[in-house]
Amino acid sequence: MIPPLLGQWLILAALLFSIGVVGIFLNRKNVIILLMAIEILLLAVNINFVAFSRYLGNLDGQIFVFFVLTVAAAEAAIGLAILVVFFRNRRSINVEDIDELRG
Amino acid sequence: MSLALLHWSFAIPEIWILAMACVLLLVDVFWGKHHPDLSFALALFSVAGAMLLTWGEMGRTGTTFFGQLQMDPFTNVAGLFVELLTFLTLLYSRRYLQRRGLYRGEVFVLLLFALLGALILISGANVLVLYLGLELLALSQYALIAFQRQNLRATEAALKYFILGALASALLLYGISLLYGLTGSLDLARVAEGLINSGQANYLLMLAVVFLVAGIAFKLGAAPFHMWLPDTYQGAPTVVTIFLSSVPKIAVFGLFLRILVEGGYGSLEIWRQIFVALVVVSLLIGNVVAIAQSNLKRMLAYSTVGNMGFLALGIVAGGQNGLASAFFYAVVYALMATAAFGLILYLSREGFEAEEIADLRGLVRTRPWSAFLLLLIMFSLAGVPPTIGFYAKLVVFQALIEAHFLWLAVFGVLMAVVSAFYYLRVLKVALFDPPAEDLRYGADDPLAASTLSVNSLALLLLGIFPGPMMAICFHALQGVL
Repeated sequence: MIPPLLGQWLILAALLFSIGVVGIFLNRKNVIILLMAIEILLLAVNINFVAFSRYLGNLDGQIFVFFVLTVAAAEAAIGLAILVVFFRNRRSINVEDIDELRG
Repeated sequence: MSLALLHWSFAIPEIWILAMACVLLLVDVFWGKHHPDLSFALALFSVAGAMLLTWGEMGRTGTTFFGQLQMDPFTNVAGLFVELLTFLTLLYSRRYLQRRGLYRGEVFVLLLFALLGALILISGANVLVLYLGLELLALSQYALIAFQRQNLRATEAALKYFILGALASALLLYGISLLYGLTGSLDLARVAEGLINSGQANYLLMLAVVFLVAGIAFKLGAAPFHMWLPDTYQGAPTVVTIFLSSVPKIAVFGLFLRILVEGGYGSLEIWRQIFVALVVVSLLIGNVVAIAQSNLKRMLAYSTVGNMGFLALGIVAGGQNGLASAFFYAVVYALMATAAFGLILYLSREGFEAEEIADLRGLVRTRPWSAFLLLLIMFSLAGVPPTIGFYAKLVVFQALIEAHFLWLAVFGVLMAVVSAFYYLRVLKVALFDPPAEDLRYGADDPLAASTLSVNSLALLLLGIFPGPMMAICFHALQGVL
């Protein structure tokens, strides 16, 4: 039902997405790596959109990708800004040091 | 084409908020430094104007911007509630922000943009527009939480919320991409058609629905996707917590309604099963863990998780009645949470956040009126008649029993009893414990005091006359199914 090429792209996107999720949950070192994992998640989704768009012969998916890229840029900007503010208070960006709030 | 353009007036509240946020930015640049009150007044004026405009659109239906936004009863009613809750947040905020040196125009600009995102989530008719609305709401929230820059806990809360919120957006986006691949369209009406044609037993559809529900549950704060919620609620400045606990709940319910009900009703049986699991876990974790908390904000955060479980009970019941009861629950919960966090905000001063349960010891001796309002809020949260919280739970359980989910209803009632324990414990501390000598409350802001009184008394009055509000909420859901 699904032609082989689409399937391969979807598998690639799924693998990238899994890498991103694992990167968020298994990472015990550095918050920057978390931000990179988030970027990978969004890029994996973009591959999905482009693959479907090519397969369906419909441009909506590729337009969506442009918006996702823009939002990802805004998100990275805000994320890094929050990280800088956090670093000024805590003098560390280790994941283990994000421990003020717990219970 | 010209016909479609004629109806741009359907989006007038959104356009108004966008324009006023830009005006507010400019005003703040030129006069904000010396006249922060001007920015504050302008923000109040913008939200009040949006409420009037939304009110004026009541009863109209249609789509605008070539099918990107739609107007139906739900858009109007939910939009009105979201604007009202933002208005309340603004009223609470003034003295709190002044005392902490945060009384600047940027806060109000961010609040307006967050409101715009919420309005778009409620009125979107296209998944791309819904995604952009969600991100606008979320990005404004991250910035709002981190606004108290020197506060370690606030920045940490923002960081945690940012990482998990971005993950949630990505999960939702992955679901959207699969939905697009299945139906070949981003337009919700055509997604719905495409799903009916593609049939039920489709693994890709199942995967898409799982991702969509996970994303929505993350944003709502239903367990097991609630890890960000207690930390964020506790660490954020209380005025931001008020906003977080009210507006996004209604907006994300709108997102759920648009994507999973209007777009994905063909997959009802799939997402209903997932929501059953979410309900059970949320009710258990939210209500049981809340018992162990000594921090009031954190306790209320866990109670939010539990309350999202009650909300999801209505979603599980499904159908017109179930969804309407879930919407009613969302609105009532938002009002109760606004009042509860509003009380914490009202009692706080600089250097003392009044956020420990022990901080309320003997409140009835020192601040009898506040203690009375606390009584109303906690009764309403616990679902004691004649407060509105009782009716919210009642309609949800009614819809659930009509849909033959008896065991879930019984479980829900049991968990409501558990929740009554920790709500009433707060009351016990405030009413019967001896007051502490060293406690000095802020409690000198007439604006926040009157807002709090109106907000809390509304819980009682709406509980005595629940008819109109219920009718409005049930009317809102009429056009959706």
